[in-house]
Amino acid sequence: MSDEIAPSLPPVVKAIRSSRRELSRLLTRIENGEADKDLAALFPLTGSAHIIGVTGAPGTGKSSLVNALAKHYRTTGRTVGIVAVDPTSPFSGGAVLGDRIRMRDLSGDPGVFIRSMATRGSLGGLAHTTVEVVRALDAASFEVILIETVGAGQSEVEIAGAAQTTLVIEAPGLGDDVQAIKAGILEIADILVVNKADRPGAESTTRALRAMLDLGHRTERIVHHGQLMTVPAANPRVDESSAWQTPVAQTVAINGTGIAELAEHITNHLRYLHQSGTLQLRERVRIESEMTDLLRETLLMRLLHQTDPAHLGALVDQVQLRRLDPVSAAHLLIDLSFPREEKQP
Amino acid sequence: MTEVKEHKIRVLVAKPGLDGHDRGAKVVARALRDAGMEVIYTGLRQTPEMVVEAALQEDVQVIGLSILSGAHMALVPRILELMRTNGLDDVKVFVGGIVPDEDVTALKNMGVSGVFGPGANTDDIVKYIRESVSAQA
Repeated sequence: MSDEIAPSLPPVVKAIRSSRRELSRLLTRIENGEADKDLAALFPLTGSAHIIGVTGAPGTGKSSLVNALAKHYRTTGRTVGIVAVDPTSPFSGGAVLGDRIRMRDLSGDPGVFIRSMATRGSLGGLAHTTVEVVRALDAASFEVILIETVGAGQSEVEIAGAAQTTLVIEAPGLGDDVQAIKAGILEIADILVVNKADRPGAESTTRALRAMLDLGHRTERIVHHGQLMTVPAANPRVDESSAWQTPVAQTVAINGTGIAELAEHITNHLRYLHQSGTLQLRERVRIESEMTDLLRETLLMRLLHQTDPAHLGALVDQVQLRRLDPVSAAHLLIDLSFPREEKQP
Repeated sequence: MTEVKEHKIRVLVAKPGLDGHDRGAKVVARALRDAGMEVIYTGLRQTPEMVVEAALQEDVQVIGLSILSGAHMALVPRILELMRTNGLDDVKVFVGGIVPDEDVTALKNMGVSGVFGPGANTDDIVKYIRESVSAQA
């Protein structure tokens, strides 16, 4: 909290640090894609929050766990920002965002800010602008930021690219069929959590998860362009024996059981990220993938903008008449905007 | 691509007070979702402070209050007052539930812009919200 000794803060950062209303309005502009200048101004003041992702199947207790973790961090005096993502209806474009129902304990606390987001057509478990919303909360000097994904199945692994520490939540009864999910979301877990651990079957779920972890090699996993990649440890001194060992924690989020222990695992993971150099590695990969995504989007918009709609329509006609195939048609359009000087890969 | 620059209408549907009848609130939330709006639903037994805090953090344009306990004449003024002190003067408020006719006028005089009783048509609520929001812009 060094606001007082930094009088040269950009106006947007001053505004969001002093007014929750301003912060809230900025988040809306970000969601609507109208905050590029603000995001550029606040970007240098990001990077100090610990960003924790919480994902798992619907009904495993993600919202309750986020609530319990936030309460825990508040007892240690740290401020908490929460971004809770729920799905947008593919039919109407509307959404019911209900994560706050489980977070009522946090209301009235000025050290907590909760924002619900709809995915707005994004499929990876987050919204397109979730990372930018997190960045704004980071610049607003929230110390811990919890991101709750949509109820995730197997392929919603985007969270691992957005968070520094990813928690994957399981619950007894859902996790019996571990085989079905082990190729998916479990792989992105930095910490596995068996929530509702007071229910029958918690021990067998925990055992199954531990057994699955024992089968694997300890390597660094990062999400790159939506793909899960395995990379060698960033620091050559970190060999397999000292690499991060995914713990399996047991919690009962609704009464706080196991939350302090879970928070300790999270702290240990952050320490590991720092000591091993993985933090920097993950951030580099995240930045690179964000930049290539932006490049793809921007180039596409520019290309479509430059293209004469009549020309595009004529090409579509050609393809529909089977006189041209779609790939050649696309290349014809690309070559118009980007004449080939060097050979394209 | 086109979904990026889209202005979604965001609505808070809240149940202040102590009654446990949330069917109406859920029906309205669902109808607004189907009309393409983003509905923040906060569940039962919200205090006026919780309602206003959620509205502020979620930057909603409209707040819908479902009250079936008869306590609307106590809860609504408190919520409107908190909205003013938090700078949410431009947020529209509508009330749904059991509201006697004489209270409808009183609520509207306080600043509530719509009251929907039993048998109200969800299409009318959608229309009311769309008109309220376009009047703000």
